[in-house]
Amino acid sequence: MQEILQYFFSGITAGAVYAVIALGFTLLFNATGLINFAQGEFVMLGALVLITLWKVLALPLIVAFALSVAVVALIGILMERMALRTVRKPHPIVMVIITIGISIFLRGVGMLTWGKDAHSVEPFTQHAPVEVYGATLLPQSLWILGIVLIIVAGLQFFFKKTLAGKAMEACAISKKAAWLLGIPSEKMVLAAFAMSAAMGGVAGVLIAPITMSSYDMGTMLGLKGFCAAMLGGLGSVLGAVIGGLLLGVIEAFGVGLVASGLKDVLAFLILLLILYLRPSGLLGAKSIQRF
Amino acid sequence: MKRQAGLSFTVVVMWVLLLVGTGAGTVAWAGDVYRIGGIFAVTGPSSFLGDPEKRSMEMAIDEINAAGGIDGRKLEAVIYDSEGEPTKAVLAANRLISRDRVLAVVGTSLTPTTLAVIPIMERNRIPLVSCAAGIDITEPVRPWIFKTAQSDALAVGAIYEHMKKEGIERIGILTVENAFGESGRHQLQTKAEEFGIQIVHASSFGARDTDMTAQLTRIRGTNPDAIVCWGTNPGPAVVARNLQQLNINVPLYQSHGVASPRFIELAGDAADGIYLPTGKILVADQLPEDDPQKEVLTRYIESFESRFRMPVSGFGGYAYDAVYLLAEALKGSDGDREKIRSSLEQISGHVGVTGIFNFSPEDHNGLSSDAFVMVRIENGEWKLLDQ
Repeated sequence: MQEILQYFFSGITAGAVYAVIALGFTLLFNATGLINFAQGEFVMLGALVLITLWKVLALPLIVAFALSVAVVALIGILMERMALRTVRKPHPIVMVIITIGISIFLRGVGMLTWGKDAHSVEPFTQHAPVEVYGATLLPQSLWILGIVLIIVAGLQFFFKKTLAGKAMEACAISKKAAWLLGIPSEKMVLAAFAMSAAMGGVAGVLIAPITMSSYDMGTMLGLKGFCAAMLGGLGSVLGAVIGGLLLGVIEAFGVGLVASGLKDVLAFLILLLILYLRPSGLLGAKSIQRF
Repeated sequence: MKRQAGLSFTVVVMWVLLLVGTGAGTVAWAGDVYRIGGIFAVTGPSSFLGDPEKRSMEMAIDEINAAGGIDGRKLEAVIYDSEGEPTKAVLAANRLISRDRVLAVVGTSLTPTTLAVIPIMERNRIPLVSCAAGIDITEPVRPWIFKTAQSDALAVGAIYEHMKKEGIERIGILTVENAFGESGRHQLQTKAEEFGIQIVHASSFGARDTDMTAQLTRIRGTNPDAIVCWGTNPGPAVVARNLQQLNINVPLYQSHGVASPRFIELAGDAADGIYLPTGKILVADQLPEDDPQKEVLTRYIESFESRFRMPVSGFGGYAYDAVYLLAEALKGSDGDREKIRSSLEQISGHVGVTGIFNFSPEDHNGLSSDAFVMVRIENGEWKLLDQ
């Protein structure tokens, strides 16, 4: 019982981070129909920028948090402006390949800036772990879950209640029609890039205290986030969260009850099954275009 | 027309370079020097091994030459960078043999690159003293192949000996999913019976995993007396932190793979209380005065740090020892490779940086488990345990 609960806590924590990464995929997909393979590198940048600002420059946590996310969002904007906007024939495959190139580029920048060694940082707050029926719940896990909750509530509000959110959704449905209605679709795409990159930055900030951060951490996290987004259904905010949490919990139980070597296998097995059996994901729209 | 001129200029330059290159190769072969080759991963992901090894080799050669050389002849080093890649190591080996005509080779830095050059060395009958740890290099024994780095088996032996003293019988092991972790797991499992230790659970983790609480929870469920983690940074630091977070009060043993200040930095106060085996170089200042290696270690550390203005690492010593072992074997050999080989094999009681080498026709590593000492991390410092 105690062990089952512990696997659940481990899974929820990892899953919440996957969920934030999946949200990044989903936000961008919603507005542009693009899959950004540099999403994992945004996570890496978020983690390493936080370590620099908070640990090395000793800024207050809240400032370091906000600045890290802002820096990553800015990188997302630059990426859209410099690498993607300038493409003459924006065929989806071309765009996806460009994002892969950007991910390799960002990894190189990360290596040159922070070196090849891993870096670590303290948890947000120094509370003792909480005991729940013999299982340990870390304060950092509570922080992660709380922040994810706030993000999801904020996004739901943004898309359902605000004009900007609805405009962004309109762009996703039909860019041309939205443009005809006077929605500045170019700005919406830029905003989507900034928000999506910011999600990656948040995920990096959240994960930095529970693990070791290095320039090459992003690839695997990006893939896991992609799995989570596919599992929940690309394009659905709630789906991304459920997909992330589910993936984290499945992984933790896989390690705990089956075999530790199977952890990554499970994630990708799920991805393959979803693509084969239900390409729209658990909560996704029934029809989804794949390229 | 202009383009053609440019082309012919390039051709001329290439010819000149080629002539100069081969010229240097033949002219310098005068017979008044003993030339030794070196192949190290000086750049690339394993440069943390190859870079100090190259520096240490150059330093050892300068020291020997300053002391008058060997039988009146100077030593000369020709060192190539393998970048940690077997194909480049093979190219370098061929070049050392056919162009530089070296008497013996020191290196390579990694087990895969060493295994790749072994056939070339054996075919050309050139003594090779490797700086890599893999046990496959010297087991089975090959006449021309030696190595100075401690095998993983010795680290396992040091851990198990310490456990026996502490009365630990049931252990859980957690190894990283790469060649280092696999080798560690294999050695831990094969040696367990010899020391009366039972492995109650074996788990693994990916080199880039961010969280090991699930594995540790599972190990906790089997009630072990101690946990052994086998990996290189950053995974083992995550394990140390998770263990502290889960409040598992079981002694944690790490491998020599994390024996660097970096590990303490990453794990923070979770590093306190961890046991691990390491070469004596990490705790040289804590060694008792009567330790046979103390003098060599102090001299090596002082000259390395004053010469290169960088902190010494545990790895350069492999190349330093290799050069001194070869120097001893070169004495009276008159440059005959078979004589070098057979006198290497007979070296015993050679006090090096890594340990005390006792080579024999059956043992081409020559180290015993006293090449490792057990240390405990206390308040972020390495603390040498009573042996």
